[in-house]
Amino acid sequence: MAHPQPGNPDRGTALSSSRRDFLRWAAGSCIYSKLNLLTPPGQTLSLSRRKAVVVTFGGGARDDETFDAAGQENIPNLVRSLIPQATFFTHVMNRGILGHYVATASLATGVYEKFDNFAAVPPENPTIFEYFRKDLDRPATDAWVVAPSNGFNRIGESGNRLYGAGSGAGVILPKQLLSQVVAGKGATDYEHLLRDNYETPFYSPQVTGNEMALQTLSETLRLSVSDFAQHARHLNSADELSVYVAQRLMRQYSPSLLWITLHDIDVAHTGSFSLYVDAIRRSDRLCSEIWSEIQSNPEYAGKTTMFIAPDFGRDGDDTVGGNGFQHHRTGDAVSRTTWMMVLGPGIRQNTVVERPVETIDLVPTLGAMCGFSPRLSRGRPLLEVL
Amino acid sequence: MTSMLPSALTAEQFASYQPQAKQLAIANIDLLRQLPLLLTALLLKEVKAYDWKFPAEREEVDAQFVFLRSLTRNQLQQAMEAFARIELPAAMADLDWVNLPEAFSQYLSATLWATNQVDSFRAASVQYVGQYRAAIPVKPPPVKRLTIVVVGQGVTGTSPQLFRKLRPHGAYYTEVAPKGGMKFLLEAVSARAQATPVPSAHWYVDGGRAAIPADAALTCVSYDSLSALRLAVLKKMRTLGQVSKGPEGLQHLMLALQPEQFGLHGTSGDAVLDRFLLSIFTEGSGTQFYSTTFVQWSAHELLRRAQPLTALVRFAPRQVQRSLDEMLVDGGETLPKDPEGSLVDADMGAYYIWLNQRRLVDSDKASFLVWFEDHNQALIISPRIIAGTISREPVPLDRMLASIA
Repeated sequence: MAHPQPGNPDRGTALSSSRRDFLRWAAGSCIYSKLNLLTPPGQTLSLSRRKAVVVTFGGGARDDETFDAAGQENIPNLVRSLIPQATFFTHVMNRGILGHYVATASLATGVYEKFDNFAAVPPENPTIFEYFRKDLDRPATDAWVVAPSNGFNRIGESGNRLYGAGSGAGVILPKQLLSQVVAGKGATDYEHLLRDNYETPFYSPQVTGNEMALQTLSETLRLSVSDFAQHARHLNSADELSVYVAQRLMRQYSPSLLWITLHDIDVAHTGSFSLYVDAIRRSDRLCSEIWSEIQSNPEYAGKTTMFIAPDFGRDGDDTVGGNGFQHHRTGDAVSRTTWMMVLGPGIRQNTVVERPVETIDLVPTLGAMCGFSPRLSRGRPLLEVL
Repeated sequence: MTSMLPSALTAEQFASYQPQAKQLAIANIDLLRQLPLLLTALLLKEVKAYDWKFPAEREEVDAQFVFLRSLTRNQLQQAMEAFARIELPAAMADLDWVNLPEAFSQYLSATLWATNQVDSFRAASVQYVGQYRAAIPVKPPPVKRLTIVVVGQGVTGTSPQLFRKLRPHGAYYTEVAPKGGMKFLLEAVSARAQATPVPSAHWYVDGGRAAIPADAALTCVSYDSLSALRLAVLKKMRTLGQVSKGPEGLQHLMLALQPEQFGLHGTSGDAVLDRFLLSIFTEGSGTQFYSTTFVQWSAHELLRRAQPLTALVRFAPRQVQRSLDEMLVDGGETLPKDPEGSLVDADMGAYYIWLNQRRLVDSDKASFLVWFEDHNQALIISPRIIAGTISREPVPLDRMLASIA
């Protein structure tokens, strides 16, 4: 039997302090305190004009390879460009199941979901997309999810009978679309975009749900299948394909709620450290590109809040029973502790929040920000960005 | 199987166990009947594999039984309290945890996550291990351990950031004379193996082709020599993946694979080694595709399980990243290599190997050497050296090794 060690709660605090110290050094950030509540942020927006873009990393990145001294070289865009504009939460805990689909679903429902991570099932609790559309009476084209293909096809809407079918977000699985495009034609030029689920390489759940079929690609994105394939040929990874599709969506529909899940980092499950670090660098660059798209698109500029949040971390090097960065199976403090960054109008810039918060706080925060009521969420709104 | 608790265990239920495993289970059946279901099943998982365990692992299992048998009824109850507090669904008693304790363990893991009891289980495990290790300490090794890691094969340039994670713990050398280095290291580990001929205690793992053949004293494992096994496991994984019910189902099917299914009987002449090699591919993640992962995970497992006196671990270039389909064609053997990326993998791998060595008994007396193959950079960690130092003086590799071995 394995002889694991218990999660050390102090380790989470240490990680948080490490991030805080780094940010103070790197960006001259100020520490958020209760006094800040008396100091309103600069700009406020009417609820109806607000838009939100959420970027999650499905494949957590550890501090060792990001905010630690040796890891900063991997995230130059986050450090130099985005953090100075952001309120940064240094101590975000995930107390749920550390599997990427179930953890992302928990982020999207504000409840720690408990279903089988590898099953093609919808979340049990209403998703943020359903709250958003129902409470604000928004059309289907106003909420979208762009996600990797493995399992995430059901994340757009829950199995809750008060919400559910037809009331959630449209889900685009770019890898799956590309698979359909190149099916039977030889996928050599695209194989780097179609890489598999690294955690369960030979198992893929059957895709059913409200994910987009190939035939609707053209009309939805106003993009021909051949143009899609041609553009994909020049991209380097599945996440680049996801961001490309997200950018098309933003230009086509200007959705008020857009959720993008990046997944390249999960290549860590193969045990190759260099590929894992490459993916972190790519995610850093893609976050910057998404922010640039927001700033340059008149439908988004000045009225969009962006959240960047890994779903969780990965196992610590010292944790017995694990194998360091490769997996997230021990439930130690390093794997449960992550961070969150919030940028946009009305958000305090260059500000660090040290108090422990949870990944499930994202949904109620967005609810308070955009004016909908996530009534079944168990999280708490993050007042520092409201 | 109908619902059963440990108190109902009978000797006949161990009929499918291997000879030594059966003997051990029956000898301790009165004790197993008194334990919580969770611990009984997990102990039986270890017992069932007893015949295929390395000597160090057997001592670990034996120590648990010696410890548990030494307790009075009240002491045993106290020792089991933390495990007994973990709430399991009643359906777990319906599982065939005597004959399939591995399946029970998988189901337990999923249950602990779903019911938010992972931390409680970890705490209970740590407490339990601490108790039996305090009562039955691990015997110190007959000689001081030595682990040697060789990285960077095929890299022509320099790497100024090499060994960053290890440098605070050791002495970093920048002017090592590389000529004949690999030959010297092989001779050194062979000599150690001859001098202290303990079974499964001296290992050589190579991520490419082994530079020397295996001998009676030195267990030799190489990625190239296991190519046929690796490819066969890959193909089996794909087949099973299509019929399994989810990843857990696939894992269960993989764990049930036997060496004989891959023609391993008699190949190495060692059933324990055969099972170990198969487990590297069936239980490891990425070992089937990347030689760097194969080397790191093999070293991880042999340090954890065999607890060697000597380990020489040599990384070789892995293939570039490709889709599973492409790698499945010929196991990726015809794909181009990525020496620079492999050096990054190996650098981190070396750090993990040192961490694994540090978990062994008497690790404070052990020595560790990592060398950038055919280059001038090396690092040693040993009780005899001052940590965090840098030496820019020219030094031959043999003198470095002699200073710590």
